[in-house]
Amino acid sequence: MTTPAMHSPSPFSQFALVLRRDLRLAARRWDQMLQPLVFFVVVITLFPLAISPELSELRRIAPGILWVAAMLASLLAADALFRPDVEDGVMEQWVLSGQPLPWLLLAKTAGHWLLTGLPMVIVSPLVATALGVTSDAWLLLCVTLALGTALLSVLGAIGAALTVGLRRGNMMMALLVLPLEMPVLIFGAKALDLGLQGDVVIGPLSLLTAMLLLSVVLAPFAMAAAIRISIE
Amino acid sequence: MNWVWFHKLASPPTAYAFARALRPWLLWPSILMMLWASYAGLFVVPPDYQQLDAYRIIFVHVPAASMSLMVYSMMAIAAGIGLIWHMKLAHAVAAACVLPGTVFTVLALATGAIWGKPMWGAWWAWDPRLTTELILLFLYLGYMALRASFDDIGRADRASAVLALVGLVNIPIIKYSVVWWNSLHQGKTLSMFGKSSIDPTMVAPLLVMLLAFLMFFGAILCDGLCAQILRRERHAQWLLKQVS
Repeated sequence: MTTPAMHSPSPFSQFALVLRRDLRLAARRWDQMLQPLVFFVVVITLFPLAISPELSELRRIAPGILWVAAMLASLLAADALFRPDVEDGVMEQWVLSGQPLPWLLLAKTAGHWLLTGLPMVIVSPLVATALGVTSDAWLLLCVTLALGTALLSVLGAIGAALTVGLRRGNMMMALLVLPLEMPVLIFGAKALDLGLQGDVVIGPLSLLTAMLLLSVVLAPFAMAAAIRISIE
Repeated sequence: MNWVWFHKLASPPTAYAFARALRPWLLWPSILMMLWASYAGLFVVPPDYQQLDAYRIIFVHVPAASMSLMVYSMMAIAAGIGLIWHMKLAHAVAAACVLPGTVFTVLALATGAIWGKPMWGAWWAWDPRLTTELILLFLYLGYMALRASFDDIGRADRASAVLALVGLVNIPIIKYSVVWWNSLHQGKTLSMFGKSSIDPTMVAPLLVMLLAFLMFFGAILCDGLCAQILRRERHAQWLLKQVS
């Protein structure tokens, strides 16, 4: 009797497989993938209507507006991060497969950032210009938002994993994740604010990077623990 | 030394009996100490040279604020022990910590606002310490909400434990992130080693009050733990025997 050779792909090809699958799924439902981006732009549109259409005034609060909008868009998108896979049983197979679950979940989170965070980063110079931000701040804007939205995706994934078993997890998720995300908001908006005033931004930027590295290392284990609890 | 008694504490019947026996020893001394410290704080200690009598709220504010943080850490550590070693009693302790912790946080915020109005001229300022305490309140509320949203108590225990641990990692980050703003709140006045910048006559009532809050929390925790055990072990034989 011959046993079939156990085919276990290397960690990097596992990561790539999960990522490619998620991107392909997203490409086939691209209309859904646009929703967080549209939400981001719509939320930003609310502020000039609510506060003042004066560009000089908007320029002053532009960092805060951009960051709050990115945070809310990322939060709403994160709710759907694990839900389809849990509902159709894919996640259960992953848990049973004996493959490192934290690593697979990190790959999913990376895919989530590519699909929701990155589009916001790309669009941000456009909406920032509408808020009166000059073009010399574009690079800084994109860098802070890229770091920050990645961090938001990782933290949002913990919340998504914790609430995926609940029927109405959406509001709960905001309640759990927003307090955890507040440092990201503080440092992100601070870096952008300093940059717009022409100050040195390396301090908050380094702290954002440090937090990103720390959470990328630790958060997948929390996600895996939460997924195991959620699907049992 | 024989450590069997220590392991026995982890079993619900022993813990139940222990908590019930310990409770009065914590509760009554803490109330006496609170009464003495309130009397000393209100009538014996001289008024502050700058804040006059308004500073006297410190005897409630500081113990409540330090308890709010301590209880969160205790809750997260208990939850972590429960998660790692599958110890059900540790989850019960964590569950019993939430409500007192939330109340301490609200008390610290409320007394701070009452103190802030005459001193700073505002009920609230977006200052690092105040903001950190507010975020701590949100963490408590999120923990409570997550715990309440599961029907199965075992899943509620483990899911909320993950959240408590993530929150524990986040507390220092939140603390230092908000320190970036300029602070209105006064700095550290009480120091365990070295010289305190507070007047020596004020130290004794404050320390007694701190200890009283700690013991009072212990008594409340005993109550909460008993309630948790009653609910979790409601079908157990030993409990039916004890109650009937």
